[in-house]
Amino acid sequence: MPSITRQPFRTAVLVLVWGWLLFLVLAPNLLVVGASVMTRDPGTFISLPLNLDAYRQLFDALYLEVFLHSLYMAAMTTLVCLLIGYPFAWALSKLGKQRQLLLIFFLIVPFWTNSLVRTYALKMLLATNGLINSSLMGLGWIDEPIQMLYTEGAVIIGLVYLLLPFMILPLYSVFDDLRQELLLASHDLGAGRFATFIHVIVPLTLPGVLAGVMLVLLPAMGLFFVPDILGGSRNLLVGNVIKNQFLDARNWPFGAAASIVLTVTMAILMLAHRLSKQRIGEEGAG
Amino acid sequence: MKKTLLSLSNLTKQFDGKTVLDSLNLDIYDGEFITLLGPSGCGKTTLLRLMAGFEHPDAGTITLSGEDLTGTSPEHRPLNTVFQHYALFPHMSVFDNVAYGLKMEKRPKEEIRERVEEALAMVQLQDYTRRKPHQLSGGQQQRVAIARAVVKRPRLLLLDEPLSALDYKLRRTMQVELKRLQRELGITFVFVTHDQEEALSMSDRVVVLKDGLVQQLGTPREVYERPANLFTARFVGETNFFPGEVESIHDGSITVDVFGLKRTLRRPDFPVRQGQPLHVLLRPEDIRVLDPADEQGVAGKIVERNYKGSTLDSVIHLEDGTEVLASEFFDEDDPAFDYRLGEPVKVSWVDGWEWLLPEEADEPVHEDALTDA
Repeated sequence: MPSITRQPFRTAVLVLVWGWLLFLVLAPNLLVVGASVMTRDPGTFISLPLNLDAYRQLFDALYLEVFLHSLYMAAMTTLVCLLIGYPFAWALSKLGKQRQLLLIFFLIVPFWTNSLVRTYALKMLLATNGLINSSLMGLGWIDEPIQMLYTEGAVIIGLVYLLLPFMILPLYSVFDDLRQELLLASHDLGAGRFATFIHVIVPLTLPGVLAGVMLVLLPAMGLFFVPDILGGSRNLLVGNVIKNQFLDARNWPFGAAASIVLTVTMAILMLAHRLSKQRIGEEGAG
Repeated sequence: MKKTLLSLSNLTKQFDGKTVLDSLNLDIYDGEFITLLGPSGCGKTTLLRLMAGFEHPDAGTITLSGEDLTGTSPEHRPLNTVFQHYALFPHMSVFDNVAYGLKMEKRPKEEIRERVEEALAMVQLQDYTRRKPHQLSGGQQQRVAIARAVVKRPRLLLLDEPLSALDYKLRRTMQVELKRLQRELGITFVFVTHDQEEALSMSDRVVVLKDGLVQQLGTPREVYERPANLFTARFVGETNFFPGEVESIHDGSITVDVFGLKRTLRRPDFPVRQGQPLHVLLRPEDIRVLDPADEQGVAGKIVERNYKGSTLDSVIHLEDGTEVLASEFFDEDDPAFDYRLGEPVKVSWVDGWEWLLPEEADEPVHEDALTDA
């Protein structure tokens, strides 16, 4: 093992990375864990004694319903992203390198605009007298505007719009790595297109699917400004609950506990992703 | 009489306007081990992919025992492929990989188990059924790929440079094993390689390809000893080319002037006329290195010597600058046989061991055609 002093650059990088992780990842998360087991205090936000009241509150019928509805909307968002993203990524991987880069560039361009602004733009489209309704009415296809804004559908559209690239990029990566030879081998051994899709393509792209689900499902439960702008009061996300607890209701322990539930869900998904990768021998195992 | 199993006629294939195969004809016999040999870009892999059905020819037909296969998709062709990089399904165990083709045929479970175990026993991997491909060595992966391809009992097995990713020693072992498998199974093997040594040692017949055209089709011995043209001569094995000129023509022989030596040689198959320049081809092992005092032979000096274990390979510079490769077997009577660098010698060969080729319009053959051999 070479001595630390002889590799100043290496040491500096390690200190920086570990420092970053300790102060900006580990410490805040520990603070959240700490807050979640403390007692609500109107003056100082949180105080002793330690208890699990906040977690108990999560099972309150009202919040359980919000959670389940939030999960439902996030799941729908993920499903829609997957249904659009999977064929898109597949087709993308089949294009020439130049076109691939161009399309990926187009996927990334929207990130240059603040997502809040983009959500407002979406509101303009969906509003009662918005672009879509007035166009349809102008064409004479409908007589009165369709209620699109402030519906569950509007929230899901908004979430899909913001999160679709996060589904496409990991899927593109697995499709790009998918060796053409394996598909030929499958055909060679007597499998048609459908059998090849089920037995070879799906299992080999599963890590990308899980990565995409991870990158869409969790943020979809957290993007509180989307229901704020598009959803009205009935279509709340877990993110809205957390935000409300911290900023409006001033119940930090409960907000922290709700946030930890999301983190744990994320951890479980990451574990599943890792296992799926090990299955096809990409890392670990041996 | 040999029975034709697979017949390729007038196969033409172009990619982006570039002709890769140029109305190629080839009959593959039932039960033979035939090798497609050539440098990269010669069309051998394209030819294999056409047989497998991964590509479709622009013109021409492929028939298997009289049945037209040209438009048939790969999954309906009674032949299987061993891929260059094995192409094992990484998410499946060895057993499932080998069973894949049988499952697609919807065979009963019991039959699948029996046949998979039999196929794995054939490649000595019966104890590895539960492993995943990434837990196997390259050689073992190769065996799984072979078992997976033969378990369906194809009429024809296509092998696309299957040994190129293995190290030298393993490759030798697998060569022997493949030959054994082919004998035991009685399946016709179509083997693609750019390794001429591999082609010569394994095949019943060799097809030498270049630029989408068959250069020569024959037994390994024919290809090595009687190359049809300069390309084959250069591509298959090491060759010395001596410039010769026809001095006089007799009944069964001609007299040729080589480096001022007048040698009477067997008359070649191609027409000759007096004064015609031609190539006298000699393999390094045909060369005789003589004492400088010897009457016959061309004078030169040793510029390189390589001890090869069973042979002593040397490079001799003739006085006009021509390089000659010689490969001589060690003799029990003279175990200390060796040359020193700069030693003057004379070079000759045994009459009848030479091979004559006419000069070709497009020579010289560029070296770059040979570098990846």
